[in-house]
Amino acid sequence: MPIQYYIILSMVIFCIGIAGVLTRRNTIIIFMCIELMLNAVNLLLVAFSKMHYAASLNAPNHATVGSEGQLFVFFIMVVAAAEVSVGLAIIVMMFRNTHSVDANFLNRLKN
Amino acid sequence: MKTLLAIIVLLPFLGFLLNGLFRKHGTYKSVARLACTTILSSFIASAIVFGMLSQGTTAETVKYFDFINTDSIKIPFAFQIDHLSAMFLLIITGIGFLIHLYSSAYMKDEEPQHYARYFAYLNLFIFSMLLLVLGANYIIMFIGWEGVGLCSYLLIGFWFKNDNFNYAAKKAFIMNRIGDLGFLLAIFWLIARLGNANYADVFANVHNLSQTDITAITLLLFVGAMGKSAQIPLYTWLPDAMAGPTPVSALIHAATMVTAGIYMIARSNVLYSAAEFTQHIVVIVGLTTALFSATIAIKQNDIKKVLAYSTVSQLGYMFLGLGVGAYTGAVFHVMTHAFFKALLFLGAGSVIHAMHHEQDIRKMGGLKKYLPITHITFLLGCIAISGIPPFSGFFSKDEILAAAYEKNPVYWGLGVAGAAMTAFYMFRLYATTFLGKFRGTQDQEHHLHESPAAMTIPLIVLAVLSVIGGFVGVPEVLGGKHLLGEYLSTVIIPEPHHALAHNTEYMLMGISVAVATIAILFAVSHYSKKPQLEDATGLGKVLENKWYVDELYNTFIVNPLNALGGFFKNIVEKSGIDGFVNGIGRFVNYLSRQIRLVQSGQVGGYILMMVVSVVIILFIWIHDGEIYKFLVTKLF
Amino acid sequence: MIPVLLILFPLVSGLLSFFIKDEKTAKIWASFSSLATVVVALIAALSPADLSFDAAWLPTLGSRFSLGMDGMSKMLTLLTAISFPLVFFSTYKNSYTNSNSFYGLLLLTQAGLMGVFLSTDALLFYFFWELALIPVYFLCSIWGGEKRIAVTFKFFIYTFIGSLMMLAGIIYLYTQTTDASFALKSFYNLHLSISQQAVGFWLFFVAFAIKMPIFPFHTWQPDAYEQSPTAVTMILSGVMVKMGIYAVIRWLVPVFPAAVSEYGNLVIILSVIGMLYASLIAIRQDDVKRLIAYSSIAHIGLMCAAIFVKNNIGLEGTMIQMFNHGINVIGLWIVADAVEKQTGTRKISELGGLAQKAPTLAILLVVMALANIALPLTNAFIGEFLMFNGLFQYNMVIAAVAGVSIILAAVYTLNMIQRVFYGNTVSLTANAMESNGYVQTTLIILVIVVIALGIYPQPLLQLTKGVLLH
Repeated sequence: MPIQYYIILSMVIFCIGIAGVLTRRNTIIIFMCIELMLNAVNLLLVAFSKMHYAASLNAPNHATVGSEGQLFVFFIMVVAAAEVSVGLAIIVMMFRNTHSVDANFLNRLKN
Repeated sequence: MKTLLAIIVLLPFLGFLLNGLFRKHGTYKSVARLACTTILSSFIASAIVFGMLSQGTTAETVKYFDFINTDSIKIPFAFQIDHLSAMFLLIITGIGFLIHLYSSAYMKDEEPQHYARYFAYLNLFIFSMLLLVLGANYIIMFIGWEGVGLCSYLLIGFWFKNDNFNYAAKKAFIMNRIGDLGFLLAIFWLIARLGNANYADVFANVHNLSQTDITAITLLLFVGAMGKSAQIPLYTWLPDAMAGPTPVSALIHAATMVTAGIYMIARSNVLYSAAEFTQHIVVIVGLTTALFSATIAIKQNDIKKVLAYSTVSQLGYMFLGLGVGAYTGAVFHVMTHAFFKALLFLGAGSVIHAMHHEQDIRKMGGLKKYLPITHITFLLGCIAISGIPPFSGFFSKDEILAAAYEKNPVYWGLGVAGAAMTAFYMFRLYATTFLGKFRGTQDQEHHLHESPAAMTIPLIVLAVLSVIGGFVGVPEVLGGKHLLGEYLSTVIIPEPHHALAHNTEYMLMGISVAVATIAILFAVSHYSKKPQLEDATGLGKVLENKWYVDELYNTFIVNPLNALGGFFKNIVEKSGIDGFVNGIGRFVNYLSRQIRLVQSGQVGGYILMMVVSVVIILFIWIHDGEIYKFLVTKLF
Repeated sequence: MIPVLLILFPLVSGLLSFFIKDEKTAKIWASFSSLATVVVALIAALSPADLSFDAAWLPTLGSRFSLGMDGMSKMLTLLTAISFPLVFFSTYKNSYTNSNSFYGLLLLTQAGLMGVFLSTDALLFYFFWELALIPVYFLCSIWGGEKRIAVTFKFFIYTFIGSLMMLAGIIYLYTQTTDASFALKSFYNLHLSISQQAVGFWLFFVAFAIKMPIFPFHTWQPDAYEQSPTAVTMILSGVMVKMGIYAVIRWLVPVFPAAVSEYGNLVIILSVIGMLYASLIAIRQDDVKRLIAYSSIAHIGLMCAAIFVKNNIGLEGTMIQMFNHGINVIGLWIVADAVEKQTGTRKISELGGLAQKAPTLAILLVVMALANIALPLTNAFIGEFLMFNGLFQYNMVIAAVAGVSIILAAVYTLNMIQRVFYGNTVSLTANAMESNGYVQTTLIILVIVVIALGIYPQPLLQLTKGVLLH
């Protein structure tokens, strides 16, 4: 399958993520949108990794080509997991304090 | 010679140090003795030097150490002893000693501490004056020059509780500083052209200087002389300087310091003889000053002010002499003037002492019988200054007038007019003070007394000198020999021989003596009988107020400068420069307050800004080539 | 090694001073450590040869910890070393809250000053330049007068803009060097075009002009002098303004010769305008401290002009005048402080008649004031004589105009003496007394130095003899 399909798909997912972050006020939704963006990037990384591997099949020492991309995917997944745990904890604390998960309430640092 | 000169100079300095540092521990006796002894020893040493020189010892320059010695300029701390400086040494230490002696009695009213302070200043003055005349280059002369200015400042303001005296002191110093600037510029000019300012090198290289250089240097030096010797337009400090104790007026403001300008020009006679234009200026300034201040002296009522204006006028005569090339005559007049003017000031001091610090002659009169010695000596002084033969003033003044006639009869005519005025105001002073009836209070009359011996002895010595002092310079026409002229001939280029016919000279002398005599007779007859001096009106009032020159200076120089200072301080500094600097601060403050509004605290807003920025950066990154081209072609 | 010691002594003792609890110990510690520095500086000054030190510092940048000590550096480090104990001694009776930090910061300043006068590496120079300035911000803003915050802020903005311009200039020159080095030598060997020189010249000049200060970059100075505690003022005007002059001689004139010829005339005219401008303002000042500040601006203007005339005689004058001006102005500040301590005011119009109450102080002031107006046989005369000579050889008219400041100096100085010390006592001065022994002793030392160097200036002239424009 040509690489363009993957690119277009991940761009669509990424833009959905951005639009969600920009338009929604519910922190949980924003959070999910961020995950969406991360996963769009993951998808792209895996796709390119596969593409490079396939392109270098005839070259010597091709066994490891493209593995960095997949490595990064794992990195991002770990970071995302950490971020979810911290982020959800913050949201829980916020809900306890304000009884709301509306991001527009988070302007207490102003002034 | 090296040690001898060092002794002459350092003894007064030693006196200054001891009296100054231990002023709280001395008694009247110890202080006066120390001060007088140092000056007397200095005088004896000076006399030895003078004798050695007249016995044929040649003039020499002795170097003590390098004052300034760098790659680009070398100024030695050196003294030059020759006939001119030897003569000034004698005048300074001799009259200096007499005045120290006089002061020891005159200043007895002061507290011991201030008495010591007074003598310390006086010794410091002698020290500076000696530096001035002994220096072997213009820089050492300048050191003494400023030093005497400082001492004059300190002594005029000696009674520092009185603010008027302080103003007078400050005025003297600042006016002198204006002249000093001219002097300094002349030194810079010499150094720029010749690389140093040693007399020997300068005079030997006069022919290497262009005419412009010589004219400029001599003019600038003359500006210095104007300040120190109180010539128009820098003379107004001298009458005000009478605020100081009277012996100070006698020593500094009559006999020695104010003649420094004459010494300087006589010393630089080689330069001045080569600068014809400057000589004209010197003559004009000298003659104007002589006449101008004589007119003021006619209407003054303060005994010291009359003498002060008379000093300014006599200094004008000396400059007239210098300007017409009669250097010896000018120096001669310095000497005789030192005698009789010191005498007159000390006599005035004796009167003031007797009158308990009353200086207004309208309140005096008839002092003849109370102060016999003062009266006689004062009278002799008056005759001497009026130029009646065979008193000393006649010879010196005649020499200057004869030289002036030779140059231009108009100079002579104006000079004689000035001499007539001199005779008039001196005898007006004499008559109102000593003749007629006493006009003061009874209490004052009761306390009138002759001064103690320490004061009368200097008077008598000076009176004798005023009478016979002229015989060292008897003109040839009267069958005499000009001893002084011969003595100074090594330093001062001999003037071209008098081309005047003997008859002409007799006639000139006759006219000037006759005019002076008439003026004297008129003054005595007019003022000795008067019970009261009437208030001046018309021109007399203008004269009494000194032609309003002080007011003129205040309006046109002092006040505008003050206003300018205020303008700079309050407007330019505060609103201009500070306004600009603080404006930058205010602008930054304003800007940041505006930019702060962007930080709304809405998370969504931040994210939107981030996204937009990323898009913009990507756009620029992709299209950087085109953007650069666009900027270069369209904007610059 | 000696140059390093000169920096190390004040640096270490300054840092240690922060840990001293008790005020008296802090004072004694500061005084003694500064005296030790004087000993080192004297040894350095007396050693006939030029001293230097070199060690690796930031090799990746090409900057080395290199110090050099020629005659001018020796003289200025000596001035720095001497002035601190004098300042400590004369203000011994003043008490400060948190005096350990006060003295600590002062000593750090000293370390910075030493470094500025010694470094021969531009980055190191910049480092010390800031090290000297930053403690002063704290000293002014913590221990200063009523308006200290606003004034420190102004001072900070001025000097910081200057510093940044200098840093930009240094980096610019650094990129132009062939061997990627900050060394003074490489800067001297640069071959820059006229326009390149002009850029560098103005970047450096503005920085140094603010520090000196030269009209119209001077307005921070009177405020800072007025509001700082006197000890800091003495350092600011006695030593710190010399940083600017020193930097011009060492870092500006030799590096941009073409630009100096191009703009030298402008700078000289600016300096001369500043001299007259500051003198006229000084005449109208009512505050003793501000009067001294403006008088100092006038004197500095002459020094700056004498550098740019680019003849040796002017430069010789400037170099010894740096030392002399430092000594004299410290003396004046001591007197001003003593007057304020005795009467509680600095307003000239509210004072009078102090000479009756404090004759010794009056005499000492008069001598210092005479040195301020460069009377012969005081040290300042030698410097001003040489500088005016240099200026005159450059341009007679400019010298004559600048000479007017000699007259104006006499006007404002004598005004001050007269209205503070002469006349009759007024209510504020009626109960004044002589100042304490520490002040008097310090002043007497200064007076002796003033007169000794005025009569025999050869030691100073010899010290700076070899240092000429490159």
